Amino acid sequence: MLTASGCGGTGRELAQFFDVTRLGAFVTRSITMAPRAGRPTPRMAETPSGLLNAVGLQGPGVEAFLTQELPWLAERGARTVVSIGGGTVAEYTALARRLADAPGVTAVEVNLSCPNIEDRGRVFARDGSSAAEVVASVRAATRYDVPVIAKLASDVADIVAVARSCVDGGADALAMINTPVGMSVDVDSMRPALAAGTGGLSGPAIRPIAVRCVWQVHAALPGVPIIGMGGVTSGRDALEFVLAGACAVAVGSALFHDPYACPRIQRELEELLTERGFDRLADAVGLAHHPPGSGPRGRTDLEESSL
Amino acid sequence: MAASPVQVTGTVLTTRRVDAYHALTVVAPGVADRTRPGHFVGVAVGGPSTSMLTRRAFAIHDVKPDYGGTVELVFTVRGPGTAWLADLRARDTLDLVGPLGRPFPLPRDPCTCVLVGGEYGSASLFALADALQQRGCRIDFVLGAPSADRVFGALRARRMGETTTLTTEDGSIGMRGKVTDVLPGVIADTRADVVYACGPMAMLQGVTAVAVEFDIPVQVAVEEAMACGIGVCMTCVLPVIGDDGVTRMVRACTDGPVFRGERVRFEDVGTIPFDALGAPGGRHV
Repeated sequence: MLTASGCGGTGRELAQFFDVTRLGAFVTRSITMAPRAGRPTPRMAETPSGLLNAVGLQGPGVEAFLTQELPWLAERGARTVVSIGGGTVAEYTALARRLADAPGVTAVEVNLSCPNIEDRGRVFARDGSSAAEVVASVRAATRYDVPVIAKLASDVADIVAVARSCVDGGADALAMINTPVGMSVDVDSMRPALAAGTGGLSGPAIRPIAVRCVWQVHAALPGVPIIGMGGVTSGRDALEFVLAGACAVAVGSALFHDPYACPRIQRELEELLTERGFDRLADAVGLAHHPPGSGPRGRTDLEESSL
Repeated sequence: MAASPVQVTGTVLTTRRVDAYHALTVVAPGVADRTRPGHFVGVAVGGPSTSMLTRRAFAIHDVKPDYGGTVELVFTVRGPGTAWLADLRARDTLDLVGPLGRPFPLPRDPCTCVLVGGEYGSASLFALADALQQRGCRIDFVLGAPSADRVFGALRARRMGETTTLTTEDGSIGMRGKVTDVLPGVIADTRADVVYACGPMAMLQGVTAVAVEFDIPVQVAVEEAMACGIGVCMTCVLPVIGDDGVTRMVRACTDGPVFRGERVRFEDVGTIPFDALGAPGGRHV
């Protein structure tokens, strides 16, 4: 059980409610090279079963993160996945290099949903080759024993192709999905509800999209560990991701609603697994792909070609 | 943070209409006994299977020791979430997280305080007035709203305050105008040492300007749209000047909601000032 990037603050806020060291890992918000003030407000709009946000990666920059935030997490022994975001391949690489000798980094997550300044602002995750380039350079700059996780966006033509490029580029695991881009217009003010216009949609509204992405990628790349996320609010939701092929599940927007969401969902998931006779989570991973008695078939059913 | 917040499932004790507003008293031990004036709570709306994900933030109006501790919230119906809250009846349950935020700082020595409330922003001032009076402070109230039915707590203000000045924009009660029209007179008459204010952003801006004119400290409690209330969602930010003179986009929920008025860049709320820490430069999109 992880926190989703950008949903757990610095860790201190959640630590008031539960022990962050009991998390599978705490995923930081995306850290950037320089401090960022983010987007103007309003940054958030509630939608049915969802939440649109355009925070704009507000953060103190990597130096302040390394002196103020990471040591706090490391002192407590929390497993920390540091999410990094940048506008160029060079920025990602520089961030990875800066993190390489910092103690307490369990893994590096590459937020590929940042606009690529060198490619007219197209986000890295939309294009397999630029995503792979980022992943490869981060992989090269990161210590061999620190896994690199590529975080993918769902609003791409072919998520399997992007996933495959990232794995070929050296990603040890994949995290999906980042928030699909959405928008909402306030009919009273007759203006976009968010100052930034568009924003990322999260919450249960996107869960079916996320499960589909996990399903497709697990079917195509069964050996690659997947961290599933997108609208997980209960143990049942988490199990859905696991059955679709995720070997870990992250909780995002649910934390805004219920600060105790992580320990609660973990407990619920454990109960569900026990009820169903599983000894280990690993036995349930991707099980929906293999209905009992049918053997390892059926995985082609939902590939891109048949949709 | 002063007190660490807890999440409780509270039971609604009473609901009542107060003029244009709704007031809800909830049994919430653990929240009530840690609450200081200025704290707020995050309320989950819509019940357990709701499609409304974000918590609604409400200032705590009153804390009473009954039934192990109750908190009272005052709100107005603005959308489906607050409409659901307004439909709650006694014995319904309500999921609360609190107390949240930084409370009002209190003066060390007795002094004269003017408490300014706009609309139902005045709800959080009465607990503050209590605390100030216990320290031997003199309290004067200035309450304002667009119309008489939206002035909250005028009776109680009259009981507690040395003087109470009411303003309405339509003149239906008190003076016609805004609180900022009468505030200079009240400050001058009472020789006030400090101003506390809670209400809409535009009013806080005006109150701050008046206090700065008189060169007295002003503490404002801001109302910003929040999703979580606990500091993780980063949506309730506003530009505030720090001790080092640098403007940062700070969270109203955990760094506030109470700020020193002169530190808040009211005219830049809703934007990222170009000189804020990390404001968009050439390098980032």
